[in-house]
Amino acid sequence: MSRLTIWVVLGLTLTFLIGPFIIIIFAGASAGESLAFPPHGLSLRWYLKVFTIESFRASFLLSLFLAIFGTISALLIGIPAAYALNRYKLPGDETIRMIVSAPIIVPGIIVGLALLRYLVVPLDFTVTLALFLAHTALVLPYAVRVVSSSLQNLRADMEEAAVLLGCTRLQAFTKIVLPNIRGGVLAAFILGFVTSFNQVPVSLFLSGPGVKTLPIDMLAYMEMTYDPSVAALSALLAFMSLAIVFTAERLLGFSRYV
Amino acid sequence: MSEAFVSLSNLTLSYGSTVAVPNLDLDIREGELIALLGPSGCGKTTTMRAIAGLLTPTTGNIVIDGRDVTRLAANKRGIGLVFQSYALFPHLSAFENVAFGLRLQKLEDHDIRARTDAGMATVGLSGFEARKPAEMSGGQQQRLALARSLVMQPKVLLLDEPLSNLDARLRLEMRTELQRVQKDTGVTMVFVTHDQSEALALADRIVLMKDGEIVQLGTPAQLYSEPATAFAADFMGFENIFRVEAGRLVSDIGSLPMGYSTESKMLAWRPGGVVVGDGPHKARVLASSFAGGHREYVLESQLGPIKADAPIESAEVALGDPVVFDLPQATARPLAP
Repeated sequence: MSRLTIWVVLGLTLTFLIGPFIIIIFAGASAGESLAFPPHGLSLRWYLKVFTIESFRASFLLSLFLAIFGTISALLIGIPAAYALNRYKLPGDETIRMIVSAPIIVPGIIVGLALLRYLVVPLDFTVTLALFLAHTALVLPYAVRVVSSSLQNLRADMEEAAVLLGCTRLQAFTKIVLPNIRGGVLAAFILGFVTSFNQVPVSLFLSGPGVKTLPIDMLAYMEMTYDPSVAALSALLAFMSLAIVFTAERLLGFSRYV
Repeated sequence: MSEAFVSLSNLTLSYGSTVAVPNLDLDIREGELIALLGPSGCGKTTTMRAIAGLLTPTTGNIVIDGRDVTRLAANKRGIGLVFQSYALFPHLSAFENVAFGLRLQKLEDHDIRARTDAGMATVGLSGFEARKPAEMSGGQQQRLALARSLVMQPKVLLLDEPLSNLDARLRLEMRTELQRVQKDTGVTMVFVTHDQSEALALADRIVLMKDGEIVQLGTPAQLYSEPATAFAADFMGFENIFRVEAGRLVSDIGSLPMGYSTESKMLAWRPGGVVVGDGPHKARVLASSFAGGHREYVLESQLGPIKADAPIESAEVALGDPVVFDLPQATARPLAP
């Protein structure tokens, strides 16, 4: 490839990856009344307005709650699952692996509809509980995969050594396995957090009156009001994700695990 | 003979439906350094894992120091195991690796410190306390693994291929080290190896295994000079093994008249026991190499290739030249088939 082609490809890649992000930052910083690019003048008022919109505050907290606790519960199920799948020859382990991966293979719309039809409606689950269960299930595949790959690099004889030095199997797990897969667990947490936080299709079906995740709330807001605050909020969320990943990279070398 | 300290009786060990060790009886004396020797897949590692409690026997009993431990969990047996890969804990310092087992016993802090320091000193690692295992050489990691097991004052110390991951010079050093540690601590040691020279050099007694069964058990001298079967002889360096049929030595390739009579059905010679340059049999030199004190020949004879060592003072026979040789009765080892 000639130098020129390389630069063109590189330029296009960056344009498509970073371009939308830049458009959103500026669209949010518009001084005008409606969402537009290029913006009509520059001001920070839409960025400030985001914080005054009551429903955004509520849905942000819900999304944050779902992302944190959905991911934690996915890890609580996913770490032991990954451990069992890695260390033991289980009957039907391929099937278990497939079932665990199902939530990312099956389209979100179908997962959402199924949860609504078979959990929320007949069993009278609250919307928040249904959302929590859905997000746990959606994050589970990432938890199992990322933790699995960390476990694969950890030799099983280390645990045997710990047992021979007096550990129970559980102590061997907490004292030897966990500290050594710490990075993988954190990577899974961040991946799960971001996945859950940005989740739309499943949440779309499960959001009820007064209970909305942030992306759904933003969608609803845009249908009613076409002002730049949605762009401003999007830009803020993008910065939040960046900050999390950057910190994780700095602390743990996050990119080694993903 | 003193009483058995570790006693395995009627031991059957299997992985799923595969039986690795069908029926094993073995007594190990206190303070003994014993080698489980054999090719890979002979059941030596499986046997070691059973002693450690990492594998529950299908049938049979394991008695250690007068107590039946067959059903006792691995973490309650008080047995040390130095893994082939060392299995050090990568997130802990050398000191914390050695102190790991002591901390689990909830000992006083100064006891832990004193015993860990002593353990590190025993293996010559004083001053390395703060290092992580990844920052240590292979030999140092091996010593660390040894110290980690030794500070627990195990009843039995098991070692899985302890020298296989070290280079030749370190191997020799570690060999001496293991013997010294064994002498100093008096701990009963069982080590697994596939290298007969290692077993011969280190062990008080060697358990030679094949297909999950004990082929021969004896001192290094016994195994070296009096292997009982063709398998044992082959493992101990008797590279020329022939059947005896009607006064002739027979191989799969051909036969030669013996010139003497024997009751045995099989005879074996080390390369050093074959006479080159004198004798009734004719051959051609197929390969020849200088080996310091002697010259190693491969002779092409009617029995097929024969390995023979000739003293370095004897006249060299050139490649492809004819030569006479003898398989004398004096150096022959009679074998059971």
